[in-house]
Amino acid sequence: MTKNIESLSEATVLFAGDSGDGMQLAGTQFTLATAYAMNDLATLPDFPAEIRAPAGTTYGISGFQLRFGSTDIRTPGDEVDLLVAMNPAALKVNLSRVRIGGTILVNGNAFDKRSLDLAGLESNPLEDGSLDRYRLISVELTRLTRETLVDSGLKQKDIDRSKNMFALGMSLWMYSRPLDPALDWISNKFAKNEQIRDANLKLLRKGFHFGETTEQFAVRYEISPAKMQPGTYRAIQGIHALAMGLVAAGERSGLTIFYASYPITPASDLLHALSRYKNYGVMTMQTEDEIAAIGAAIGAGFGGNIGITGTSGPGLALKTEAAGLALITELPVVIVNVMRGGPSTGLPTKTEQSDLLQAMFGRSGDSPLPVLAASTPGDCFETAYEACRIAVNYMTPVILLVDGYLANGSEPWMIPDVDSLKPFDVRFAEAADDEETFLPYSRDDKTLARRWAKPGTPGLEHRIGGLEKENETGNISYEGDNHELMTHLRAEKVERVLAEIPPLDVFGDKSGDVLVIGWGSTRGAIEAAVAQARSAGNKVGSVHLRFLNPLTSEIAEIAGRFKQLLVPELNNGQLVRILRDRFLLPFVPFNKIQGRPFRASEIVGAIEEMIV
Amino acid sequence: MADKDKRSTGGKLPPGVKTKLKAPMATLPPGAKSGGDGAPSGLTRSDFVSDQDVRWCPGCGDYAVLATVQRLMPELGIPREKIVFISGIGCSSRFPYYMNAYGMHSIHGRAPTIATGLKATRPDLDIWVVTGDGDSLSIGGNHIIHLMRRNVNLQVLLFNNQIYGLTKGQYSPTSEVGKITKSTPFGSIDHPFNPTALVLGAEASFVGRTMDRDPKHMKEMFRMAHDHAGTGFVEIYQNCNIFNDAAFFVYTEKATKKERTIFIEHGKPLVYAGETKGLRLEGFHLESVDLDTGSWSVADCVVYDETSIELASIMARVFWHEELPQPFGVFYRERRETYEEQLQQQIESVIDRDGKGTLEDLLHAGDTWTIA
Repeated sequence: MTKNIESLSEATVLFAGDSGDGMQLAGTQFTLATAYAMNDLATLPDFPAEIRAPAGTTYGISGFQLRFGSTDIRTPGDEVDLLVAMNPAALKVNLSRVRIGGTILVNGNAFDKRSLDLAGLESNPLEDGSLDRYRLISVELTRLTRETLVDSGLKQKDIDRSKNMFALGMSLWMYSRPLDPALDWISNKFAKNEQIRDANLKLLRKGFHFGETTEQFAVRYEISPAKMQPGTYRAIQGIHALAMGLVAAGERSGLTIFYASYPITPASDLLHALSRYKNYGVMTMQTEDEIAAIGAAIGAGFGGNIGITGTSGPGLALKTEAAGLALITELPVVIVNVMRGGPSTGLPTKTEQSDLLQAMFGRSGDSPLPVLAASTPGDCFETAYEACRIAVNYMTPVILLVDGYLANGSEPWMIPDVDSLKPFDVRFAEAADDEETFLPYSRDDKTLARRWAKPGTPGLEHRIGGLEKENETGNISYEGDNHELMTHLRAEKVERVLAEIPPLDVFGDKSGDVLVIGWGSTRGAIEAAVAQARSAGNKVGSVHLRFLNPLTSEIAEIAGRFKQLLVPELNNGQLVRILRDRFLLPFVPFNKIQGRPFRASEIVGAIEEMIV
Repeated sequence: MADKDKRSTGGKLPPGVKTKLKAPMATLPPGAKSGGDGAPSGLTRSDFVSDQDVRWCPGCGDYAVLATVQRLMPELGIPREKIVFISGIGCSSRFPYYMNAYGMHSIHGRAPTIATGLKATRPDLDIWVVTGDGDSLSIGGNHIIHLMRRNVNLQVLLFNNQIYGLTKGQYSPTSEVGKITKSTPFGSIDHPFNPTALVLGAEASFVGRTMDRDPKHMKEMFRMAHDHAGTGFVEIYQNCNIFNDAAFFVYTEKATKKERTIFIEHGKPLVYAGETKGLRLEGFHLESVDLDTGSWSVADCVVYDETSIELASIMARVFWHEELPQPFGVFYRERRETYEEQLQQQIESVIDRDGKGTLEDLLHAGDTWTIA
């Protein structure tokens, strides 16, 4: 049949189903196809902590949200245009996200009495009128899948598990996405199992053609390619950009990257990614616990390498004492914290800007260290590189904060020019003829970095450790004046990192009513909100901080040009405390602590509330 | 090195550093001397003595261990700059400060983790972990067992004094049941660890035991642990004369040592008490027999085989036994691939298979598109 073709500037799609329904896979493949179509995009995978919660229940629902368009896309979308719901529970959990008038595509076979009961629904939403305000498309996904694969020779269970491919095919058709990327992926993935491969290929195509032929789909959408800066692009997930940033640091510094980690959600993916990079010279180690991971990283740093460990909130708590050791021994170590909802085990699979205060202050004694945060999936690359560079150039542990949303989220990423990355200043100490005795704690005048004398260097044998050390000699010293001096030196060294911070870029108005200050993964939502508020006639700007420690005083200068200061955070107010303490200005917090990123509209609301 | 001249020396504060300190710190500590030339040959014990004053209590067993290690070092032929001592927290963990080599005095229980990271990335180094019973069997228990199973090629010297010394006298995980200490005024109820059995259970590839009062034996044990390719674990019975004096005297002092100890050696029969007694196997149990009554001879005694995990397991279980002598020597030795060898091999084999990757390859891997 002939379809109406409608052009859109952007759309938001959400795939939702049981943990075992393959929704993350469907979402990832839709993302890939969208990257092929050269749209800008942002994603929000959202899954439960349980691996396979009982089927059909609301707490087992896994979702993958994706926004894409021909315009600049900064967030995974406030409201969903197409919800693909594989069962009643998926519909129930996600209905509130769907735009009024949006499309809901459901597996009609899944709305039986038992499934409705499991989802806690008293009546069938497909029949009770509760979906009247949406465009409902009920497709018999289970039946169509079984019919398609009737001759496949696969077991019923395997056939039913493949229906995500049918749903993916329909969705790709609906938004005029190319089919080839998913076809190629299936062919590679199941190269060794022809039966499964052919079944999936068949279902994907069948779903696509079903869209073409069924009368249920009256409209097909088109979204033209986004206007992006010239360059070579790829779709990138935050955690992979981070892993590549670490590899880049190894290549540019000439030092070995040694990554030690203990499995923890959502940081484990970094270990997975790096452990595949053996031919890039990366060493990885899965340790017996979190403490061993940072211990091994410190050992690697002592030996003249870049020691890196990664974890999530509760794991950072376990590494605290060892981070203090790296700090007082002044060894380069990078600690990556992929934040999740806390405290304690908290919300393992949900995002939160939970650990800024822990990163800043969570150690015994006066123990400052540089803290950096990445702001988009692609920015994870450069921030990870920068964290390594600062650790080495300043001989200090560095904490790098990312969160579950950034780690799992994807975007089109312009592949950086490796030669444009800032250089490392690797200077291993060597014995000098004019030196009476080696002074392991003598410092560089500019950076205050102490000398990095790696074992194996003749004539520089020395001992370091967790006890306070005498300035320059590094010998144990309990002397009061020396301790005060060393405390000041350690603090001053972190302040010297200010030399690395480029001038802040003010997004939107350079002066006006409201300045929004953010850090980490909220960048997309904040800038989208600022753009919206400005188009409504407000004078609003924003700055986004990569360096949380040290803090540039430029913040105060920029803040002085605005009447009000808003600090949105996905926590109960952490940066806002640091800013108030440092600048004594009336920063106003705006907080969301629901395990999900901001919607741009929420921040727009907060901005407008301030102006009124 | 011209580009290193920017480093400040002479105690001057770098510009911009605020401090109340008026006088610069002394640049040369008392007794300091410049580093050696690093040549392994011709080094003596004194070349391994650092400039730091030893701060252990007078009479502490640690002195004997330190002296033994310093005497052994020149004999090993390892350049001094390749030697690293890594410790945790406790009296014995001050050890690295007293050795003129590279060293790190780390945090409580974690020395094995730091040593593992260092050895994994720097297989060229000769690493010694110095630890105590509290350090490695309580707070660091998890790390010591994983170090053993990984078989990282380094040496572990476990100073066992059955007490917490540095915190001034609490019972340790090797203290005997009923021990009266500051934290157990009515006696400890914790069943103690048997360190050699513990590490054997954790898949150790070299397990030895020695005592602070027998420097000759100690030195041989350390040498054998060092020469072993893998984790060389040596438990040292070490006297804390302040908080747990005479804990091992039954084994270490002349009056009882002969009757109450047995020094096991590979390929030799298990005899002791001046060859007047021996150990034979009755089923899986060891039995002490008199060799001078005519009923039993040396031929009836077990000939020790340090490569037998079964024998090692039986021997390690002879622990404060009333009728059997306490064993000292090498319980077990097995050549197994080390952690760092396997790590390196895996990297090499992936490079052989896939070729050496470059950053450009990595960044452009997968699907890319270009916008002109």
